[in-house]
Amino acid sequence: MRGSALRTLAGLALAMWLILPLLPLAIWSVAHGWRFPAIWPAEWSLKAWAFALSPASGVLQSLGTTTLVAAATTVLAALVGVPAGRALGLYRFRGKGLVLLLLVAPAILPGIAVALGLHGIFLRLGLTGTIPGVVLAHLIPVLPYMTLVMAAVFAGFDTDAEDQARSLGARPMQVFAHVTLPAILPGLLTGALFAFLVSWSQYLLTLSIGGGKVQTLPLVLFSFATSGRNDVTGAVAMIYILPGLVALALTARHLTGRNLALGAGVPG
Amino acid sequence: MTGRAHPLWLLAPALLLLGGLFLAALGLTLIRSFRYMPVLGLTDPDLAAYASVLTSPGFLSSLCLSLWIALASTVISAALALGTAMLLRQTFPGRRLIGFLVQMNLTVPHVVGAVGMLYLVSQSGFFARLAYTAGLIDAPGQFPALTHDPFAIGVILLYVWKEVPFITLILLANLQSIGADHEATARSLGASRWQAFRHVCLPMLRPGLLASSALVFAFAFGAYEIPLLMGASSPRALPVLAWQSYTNVDLATRPEAAAMAVIIAIIGLALLLVYARLTRPLANRGRDAG
Repeated sequence: MRGSALRTLAGLALAMWLILPLLPLAIWSVAHGWRFPAIWPAEWSLKAWAFALSPASGVLQSLGTTTLVAAATTVLAALVGVPAGRALGLYRFRGKGLVLLLLVAPAILPGIAVALGLHGIFLRLGLTGTIPGVVLAHLIPVLPYMTLVMAAVFAGFDTDAEDQARSLGARPMQVFAHVTLPAILPGLLTGALFAFLVSWSQYLLTLSIGGGKVQTLPLVLFSFATSGRNDVTGAVAMIYILPGLVALALTARHLTGRNLALGAGVPG
Repeated sequence: MTGRAHPLWLLAPALLLLGGLFLAALGLTLIRSFRYMPVLGLTDPDLAAYASVLTSPGFLSSLCLSLWIALASTVISAALALGTAMLLRQTFPGRRLIGFLVQMNLTVPHVVGAVGMLYLVSQSGFFARLAYTAGLIDAPGQFPALTHDPFAIGVILLYVWKEVPFITLILLANLQSIGADHEATARSLGASRWQAFRHVCLPMLRPGLLASSALVFAFAFGAYEIPLLMGASSPRALPVLAWQSYTNVDLATRPEAAAMAVIIAIIGLALLLVYARLTRPLANRGRDAG
């Protein structure tokens, strides 16, 4: 029994530590003039929320931009990453080690190593300062996660059912829609969640390629944080983490087991 | 994508995309680092940018700072994650809630955590206010500087906060696929709990622990916005220094910025090779393509 009490205590400390940095943000968002050395705000106010949600702050527009970029990146990553994952999960072929290395590299190499060169290339292509440019840039760190999750999914995928469907006369699209897709869907959702989150929290690539014209939420949050508007920063932070929590709640059921072992490489 | 296409056709879009963006970007950076920029009239490639970067005290202290941040964050996160995974493997009241919080942390962007940590540990932050209330300090300046400090304590705290859940989830997934049989066997043969952990469980977790640590190291080494927000203005973390040299109004510093980016990429490449070695099984999986 003593062991169990100790574990609960350790668990409690862990839970505290996990939510601790989010508390000041939540409190600040509804506080008014919460100055040192007050431990608790003397006055409460919804002004920060009203400002963050007003058109003047640009936060909602930014939420739209961030969502659009992350959704477009995720869809493109799925279109490219599902076939790639199938090749990596099902087949052995010459040069596979090298292909894997290239496909994983963008997730590990720091964004700054790519950002300078990408900025130079996109400048010439007229893609800087545009949403398509930012989406393409986000694909670089996002694609490895989608591909690796799908590779793990296809490694445990049985192609016999596809063969049977085909021998019964199903067309390729029918085979995909009725046999392949339902089988890989849980893994695809996991991959999509990772892809969405990696794009959602991207900072440097958006800053470098967007050049200030594509204002996603991390950029807006950063500028409020450095301008000393703690209350607005708190409200923006809450708005910024909400979609991720919703996405997690929607896909949480699928977020266990082996997919995670390969796919959870999301320090971004 | 349902047919019997050769795997290379399935891989073609991904390879084209990464080749066209990722490799091209690295290539351009490499060319510029050799001071080959015809736009600026530089047409004779040389190593002057590297010479200037590698002998500059600013660069070397930034490099050391970034390596320190990455090493400290990784070692502390890995050790705590190991403990957390072992804890969450047991049953106790409240375990599900903690499991949820661990997953929730994964969805919180780094920059949000960084601002929260700033409000927590800065000299006018929550902990400083607690210290004041407890009578330990009389003014914000007396609270130890944990942000914008030379040792980047705040930055490291943030990474520990963010990466412990990340490594924990990978370890839990590993533990799930390993199962508890091996340890049970060791225990039945007379091993103590510690011996079973040390000699049976830990060696099996090693690849996953090291691979996720390599990812954490790479991220903590290469992140830009976190040290910019929480770090000191001198020395700056290497990615901050590199980006600020790149965006300097003086275009002549661009080759130096490119040289720094190449050095960062080389360190990233070394970590990639470590990671690839540890996760090799995937390369051997699957059937032979025709």
